[in-house]
Amino acid sequence: MADVLLDAKGLNCPLPILKAKKALLGVPDGGTLEVLATDKGAVKDFEAFCRTTGHELVAQGEETGVFRFLIRKK
Amino acid sequence: MAENPKRMSMIVTKGTLDWAYPPFILATTAAAMGLDVTMFFTFYGLPLLLKKLDLELSTLGNPAMKMPMAGMHMALPNLMAALPGVDAAASAMMKNLMKKKNVPTIEALREIAVESGVRLIACQMTMDLFEYTLEDMISGPEPGGAATYIEVASNADINLFI
Repeated sequence: MADVLLDAKGLNCPLPILKAKKALLGVPDGGTLEVLATDKGAVKDFEAFCRTTGHELVAQGEETGVFRFLIRKK
Repeated sequence: MAENPKRMSMIVTKGTLDWAYPPFILATTAAAMGLDVTMFFTFYGLPLLLKKLDLELSTLGNPAMKMPMAGMHMALPNLMAALPGVDAAASAMMKNLMKKKNVPTIEALREIAVESGVRLIACQMTMDLFEYTLEDMISGPEPGGAATYIEVASNADINLFI
């Protein structure tokens, strides 16, 4: 279970990333954020977001059109 | 990361509804990714800082603007695009489409940019030219000129002209 859950389903670029950034403020260092999104661009974008910011993309997956990202805050 | 972030600067020169998106999307995303971002608003980009936005676009001379309609993509011939009211109708159509597809408004992205600490510079020469003052703008922009921008750009990793 992640520390914070962000439902970004239905939102388009760049909102999933912007909302994730905001949600991470409420996550303790080393804690996790789970993001749900339907934006197909989000897969590449969350990978790039994590590489650039240093947060760890612990897991990602897709189920019936919903992408799930688990991010560990650095 | 926090001690020495990467920097991005942008010159924003266009103020139509469609052209307002790239700079604000990139600025807010870069800020979310930890970059220091500066936006320099000049010429037709300057009104994007006005308190009240009333953004429109034109299909005139824009054959690439093909809107999804009844399963097809339709562009408007220039002759029709030039008629009074057509730009307003096309703008309303675009805004509806964006709302339907959950694309954020420019107002919302601009607010996020300000909240994220994006540095906004209003070109002083453009303000003089088109008779605007900082009082007409949202709170946040500072006045500046070409040298102000060059100083920023010379220290940035990414510099864009939009």
